Parts: sequence; C-alpha cells; structure tokens
Amino acid sequence: MPLVKNGQIAADDFVAVADDAELPAAGPVLISATRLLADPERLVARNSPLGVVWPNNRDVAELKPWLDRLALIALVFPTYKDGRAHSQARRLREVYGYRGELRATGQVLRDQFTFLVRNGFDALDVKKEADAHAFREATHRYTEFYQPTGDGHRSALQLRRQRHLTSAS
Amino acid sequence: MYAYDEIDRAIVHERVDEFRDQVRRRLNGELTEDEFKPLRLMNGVYLQLHAYMFRVAIPYGTLSSEQLRKLAHVARTYDRGYGHFTTRQNIQFNWIALADLPDALAELAEVGIHAMQTSGNCTRNVTADQWAGVAPGEIEDPRVWAEILRQHTALHPEFSFLPRKFKFAITASDHDRAAIKIHDIGLKLVRNDAGETGFEVLVGGGLGRSPFIGRTIKSFVKGHDILSYIEAILRVYNQYGRRDNIYKARIKILVHELGIEKFAAEVEQAWSEIADGPLTLDDEMIEDIRSRFIYPAYEKLPAEPDELRAAAGDARFEAWRGNSVAPHRQDGYAIVTLSLKPAGGPPGDATAEQMDAVADLADKYSFGEIRVGHEQNLVLPHVAKRDLPALWAALDKLGLATPNVGLVSDIIACPGLDYCSLANARSIPIAQELSRRFANPETAALIGRLHINISGCINACGHHHVGHIGILGVEKNGEEFYQITIGGRADEGAELGVLIGPAVPYGEVADVIEDIVEAYLSLRQRPDELFVDAVKRLGVEPFKERVYATR
Amino acid sequence: MTSPLQQKIKITGPSVVTANRTTDGVVIYRTATNGWSTDLADAAIVREAEPARALLAAATADDVGAVGAYIAPVEIGADGAVAPGNLREKIRRDGVTIALPVRA
Ligand code: HEM
Ligand code: SF4
Repeated sequence: MPLVKNGQIAADDFVAVADDAELPAAGPVLISATRLLADPERLVARNSPLGVVWPNNRDVAELKPWLDRLALIALVFPTYKDGRAHSQARRLREVYGYRGELRATGQVLRDQFTFLVRNGFDALDVKKEADAHAFREATHRYTEFYQPTGDGHRSALQLRRQRHLTSAS
Repeated sequence: MYAYDEIDRAIVHERVDEFRDQVRRRLNGELTEDEFKPLRLMNGVYLQLHAYMFRVAIPYGTLSSEQLRKLAHVARTYDRGYGHFTTRQNIQFNWIALADLPDALAELAEVGIHAMQTSGNCTRNVTADQWAGVAPGEIEDPRVWAEILRQHTALHPEFSFLPRKFKFAITASDHDRAAIKIHDIGLKLVRNDAGETGFEVLVGGGLGRSPFIGRTIKSFVKGHDILSYIEAILRVYNQYGRRDNIYKARIKILVHELGIEKFAAEVEQAWSEIADGPLTLDDEMIEDIRSRFIYPAYEKLPAEPDELRAAAGDARFEAWRGNSVAPHRQDGYAIVTLSLKPAGGPPGDATAEQMDAVADLADKYSFGEIRVGHEQNLVLPHVAKRDLPALWAALDKLGLATPNVGLVSDIIACPGLDYCSLANARSIPIAQELSRRFANPETAALIGRLHINISGCINACGHHHVGHIGILGVEKNGEEFYQITIGGRADEGAELGVLIGPAVPYGEVADVIEDIVEAYLSLRQRPDELFVDAVKRLGVEPFKERVYATR
Repeated sequence: MTSPLQQKIKITGPSVVTANRTTDGVVIYRTATNGWSTDLADAAIVREAEPARALLAAATADDVGAVGAYIAPVEIGADGAVAPGNLREKIRRDGVTIALPVRA
C-alpha cells in the first residue's frame, strides 16, 4: 500500500506500535487513540514525532489540547462508502487549525482523491499501486469548485463575487 | 431559467470526463462492481431488471426548450424513444447501455444538463415548487436559492458518502406544491419582522419503511446563513447518522432517536464552529446567481382576451381550461399543466416526439420554458391567455390535454415490477387500469381533487404514504398483493395515510378503489368536501366497512 | 453488502443462475459451459444447494462480464422446456407487461 504524501509516493517514517508493545526509545511512532488518551502528557512530551490513529466514531474535538504536539493524525475509512472521516478532517483543519500530517487510511481509492485533498488530507495510504501513480491525474481533473474548503481554492461563489464587483465598478 | 456560466460549464464537462474514465475502468476490469456501483449511482445509473436505468436531473424542475429537445434526442439515440418523468424532478431512461452513457452525458452537458447525484448516498437533486417564479403570492423566486443549493451540494467533498441519500425541497408559497415536509431538509422561504429574507428549516421528513413528517428545526435562518446552517446539519448527520442498518440510516431516524431538540442543539454546536465563515453569503454572491436567471419580457395583455371568450363555447376546451390552467402572477398570462396521464397510459412517460413537440410549443407560447412537477406532469409556465385556445388544440393532438390534473386519474406511480429490481409488485398496470375506470372527465370532475399514489414496494418512490389513496405493492406467497391506505397528504398539512385493512390481490385493486370512491361520494357532506377532508372527518371505518363487507 | 456466496443457499426446485451483462445490462443466464447466454433455454439447471453454489461462485467470479449474479427458480415443463419460476423472472425474460409508449 503505497503512501502518497503531498502528491509524491513516499516512504512511511512512522512505525505503528500495538497497544501492548513497548514504545521504541526514539523514532516516529503511530499509536492508537486509546493509548494516547491514557497518558497524553507523557506521550506528547516524547522527543520524537508522535502520530495517532483516530477512529471515525470518536469526536475529534477530544484531540484539541494535543493538536500542536501531534505530527500525524491518521483517519480511517473502513470502506470508502463510510464518509465520516471527511468531516473529521475538515474540522481538524478548518475549525481547530491542525497543521501536522493528516493521513487517510483504509479503503483509499483514486475516485476519492480529490475529495480527500479538498478536505485537508495531505497523505493518502493508497490501496492500489496503480491509483497511487494516477494521483496527479486524479487530483487535476477539476479546475473549478463550488464549495469553499481549507484547500486554498477560491470557490465559485467567491470568484463570482469578485466578478460581480468588478463588473459593477 | 438559470444560464450556466463558464464555471458551471467547466464543472459539468469535467464531471463527464471523470465518469467516462470510471466507465472505462469498469469495463476493462480495473474497477470491480463493488467499487464501481457507488460511483455509477452517484451519476444516476441504476441496474434495473432488464437494463441500466439512467436518471438525469432537472434541478428545481426548470427546463429550456433546447434542453428538452436534447432529452428527446437522448431518448431517441441511446434509448427506446421515451423517458419517464419522476416525482423528484428527474427524467429516467430505462434501456441505456453502460458503454453509451458517457456519450449521452456529454451531449447533455452541452446544454447544461447533468446526472450528478441523482442517486447514491449523497445530496440529491434539489427540487422546488414547479410554479416557482410564476405563482401569485410568492415572497421571491425560490429557484435562485435552489440553484445556490444545487451548486453547493454538487460534488461536495465532505458529503458525498453520507449514511444514506439526502433530499432537499424548497418552496416560497403557503400552499406547498413541493412536498417539503417529506424531504430530509425542507425549506420554506419566509420574511421575518425586520423584512429580511430567510428560511423556515424543516428536517427529518421521509417516506420509505419508516415514514416521518419533517419537523421545524429552526423557524428562521437568514438567507445569508443558509449554506452554513445546512452544512452544520449535514455535518452532524454525516458523523452521527446510523451506518449499521440501511433502513435506519436516513436523517429522519437520527432526528427521531435523538429527538428534535437534542438534534437541534447538536446542529447549533456544529454551526457555531462555522457560522460567519466562508460559507456566509453576501448580497453580491446572491445577485450574481439571480442575474443569471432569465425572465420573460411579459407584454401588457388583457385579463380576458377575446380569443378566450370566443373559445368558451367549446365544452372540451372549457373543461381543459377549468382543469389545467392556473392563475399567473402576471396579468394576461396563465400557468398551463400538461397531463402526462392519458387514460390507460403509464404515468409520467413521454415519447421523444412529445418532448420535441412540447419544446416547440414552449418556444411558441411559453418563452421557451418548461417545468416538471412532482406529480409527474409538465408545465408551460408563461402562456398568454389569448394563446390558450391554440395551445389547447395543439396539446389535444399530442395527447397532452387530458383534463385530469389533480383528479383521480392523475396518478403518481413508481416503475414497479415492470422495471425495478427492488419491486414486490407492479405499479404501472394498476395505474393504467384505474385511469381507464375513471376516464370519464365528468365523473372525475364530480369526484374532485383526489390523489392516488402507487409504490411497488416499501421504498415508497410513488409516495403512497401521502396519497389521498395510497397503494403499496407487497408479496404474499409469490403473488402480487396491495395494501391500501387513505387520508394521506403531501402538502402543507402533510399526513400519513391509514391502512384500511388486509392487502388485496392484483385483480381486485381497481374494484376496491372504486368502492372507496363510491363510499366517499355517498358520505361527503357537500360536493366540495374533498376526499381527504371526508376521511379526516369520518375516519377510515366507513370506508373499511364498504370495502370489506362483501369481501 | 454480504456477497451472495456468504448467504445461505436454499433452493426448493430447479434453479438457474442469472445476472445482467455489464456493458448493457441485458439479462443473461449462466450456461453449463462456463459462459453466459441471453436465452434461458441455454441455462445450466441446478437442483441442489452444492451445485447451485458452485455455479453461482463461477458466475460471480466473472466480475467484468456480469453484474449481480443470483440464483433464480425455474419451472421445467413436461416437454423439458425451461420457464421462469416467478413473475419477476418472467418479466426479466419477456420484458415489461405493459405496452411501451413506442415500439422496441
Ligand atoms: C429503478 C428504479 C428505482 C429504484 C431502484 C429506486 C430505489 C429507491 C429506494 C431504495 C428508495 C428508499 C430509500 C430510503 O428510504 O433510504 C427510494 C426512495 C424514493 N424514490 Fe426511488 N427508486 C427508483 C425509481 C424511482 C422513481 C421512478 C421515482 C419517481 C417516480 C422515485 C422516487 C423516489 C422518492 C421520491 C423516494 C423517497 C421516498 C422517501 O422519502 O423515503 N424512485 N427509491
Ligand atoms: S417503490 Fe419500490 S418498486 Fe417502486 S421504484 Fe421504488 S424501489 Fe422500485
């Protein structure tokens, strides 16, 4: 399962550590939400990048106190038809201002790439090799968007507002 | 009519390219059916019994003559020469090949028509009062807002994989012709004491296995805030709507399980996170959309033209005028409904030739504009009264002047077992038989307003719960049976019908409906006491007795 | 959705495996020679759960060619002719029971 980060196929630096396993002394680790919340202060104080896998049925507001100390939040799509993590991503990015890596995991397929990127994911744990290679094509299909999201595109309404103002003046 | 700008055109064409690529990957095996199914559904492609079905959106029911001609062209070129207008302002083609779909879509895109989100667990076509913009007494044209919503919900990155389908309907009239109370979100355009335009927002309506009438979640949301407020509702639903059971996944169940107060509080919380953000509309944005709606240049015309007076001697014309012509906000003009319910015909079907002919008539008599209503009829929204006799003569020739609008033979029916893979029983032949039994216009006029709705299974695509008489197909030991409810209604006084007794077999349905209608005729207090009002006053008992006494 | 193969297979009489063709949705029947036919007469007939499962498994494996394979009942006439076993299947084979607005 190739990882696509900021548009490039990249190595995954994070090591997933099971709840009952010892954390390595150093190096980026990815732990469960349960483990994080059991002892958050100590864990975020660790000297290496920390990532958490956040389940899609748990309120991301619980993460608010630790957001600036987390290097990675991995959200989960058990199947791509379960879209809960799309809302979690937008809240993390646009409402709570999370700036670290936001990774989509699970059934991550090509036909969702545009949506994922628009919602603030910058890393995709892609299911199929061919989809990973099609990242650029899949995310450049659309040149215009109706909705404003945190992805920096100007929405149709914003563009038209501009147009309306320039044509009026 | 809304005229696309370059942004709308780009999105629609890019969507066609994307779908073409998806179909290609399906046909060469890169996508499994499991992976492809939600993608095709999100572009309106179902698999029915005999073939793929293709559902095309007619947002808020407004079509230009050019668009209708293109629909006729698609029917003729890619299908079997006809289309089916649905209760949600869509048109369906029943025989299209998957491999041809991208080309059909590309042709439709040329005239600003798409099939985005006409199915699937996403936000669906935004529907509106088919008389929007022409009905007297509206606060303003709700289609401007419907278009804002259409755009906002098209390819929404966050809400394309909701727990279940999600439908909006909008009206600006006190008399609700858009059935907003049976939609996931119903919007009624209102003005507050300060004179600001806004919406009463209803949530949680829906039919199907567990029918619910929508509840008001907020009695006034400013127009400027409507997108952020709706975003908040959808965000709560996307996160908390049930995904463990497809029959409990609609927002109506979430609202019901939480209670409207608790649900409203969740929405307020979610709204507080995004209100005043980039979704807040300003006047320039709304104006930009409004300015792309083209309104006819009406003439100053007499309210009672000579042509009308001259035609008044023709009883057939008068019967049609009395039935199918409604008052317009502009003096000298009228709203004309074209019945797609000829006696013995499948409700809502129109042939390519009829569509072309209606497009020509729209050009000649209705400023090139056509509407589609949820009763599965067409409307010419701006007809000069002086043209009514000529228009009638033309419609009569086309078989589109049956004077039964709103009457017992103006039946709403889903495709049922003739087409639909989910059906228990047939709907269309029942509708055909009923329309033959009540084919006499005088009898129909005597009976008065009476809506019959037929669904072939509990999914309720024919809105049987809210029919004055509802007919639901069920299966009993491999035979087609039908449950009959009475007293439902879909308008501002929306109510669910009540079952009158055990299901009856296919061959007896029409007799039972005749019995119910005869019972009503003998029980009504005055000729103008409507069927639904009589049921309300009397309850179901007297009807039940009449039907089952001899069975 | 649970795949049809995970569901319990219960057949009460002669049955066939049917599906819709991927390219155009046309009704097809699984044949005894591991192919598909648009003619019910060509369909492989199964009478017990195990062969039915095997036929369905082979049909489902052809994900590119066919959509939504399932087991459907048929009736075998005295002359050996195969007919659809219920109204739904009859409509799938013979078409809608109403007159189409235009000729097919
Ligand atoms: C192949 C054809 C069709 C299929 C497979 C189909 C499927 C469904 C399903 C599964 C539902 C229930 C969804 C739910 O409650 O979650 C539904 C609802 C609905 N369908 Fe269809 N449908 C078809 C055709 C139509 C047609 C032709 C119409 C209009 C005449 C229509 C209008 C509706 C409406 C208005 C509802 C909403 C009822 C509600 O609020 O629950 N459908 N459909
Ligand atoms: S109500 Fe049932 S039978 Fe009718 S179209 Fe909907 S799903 Fe099919």
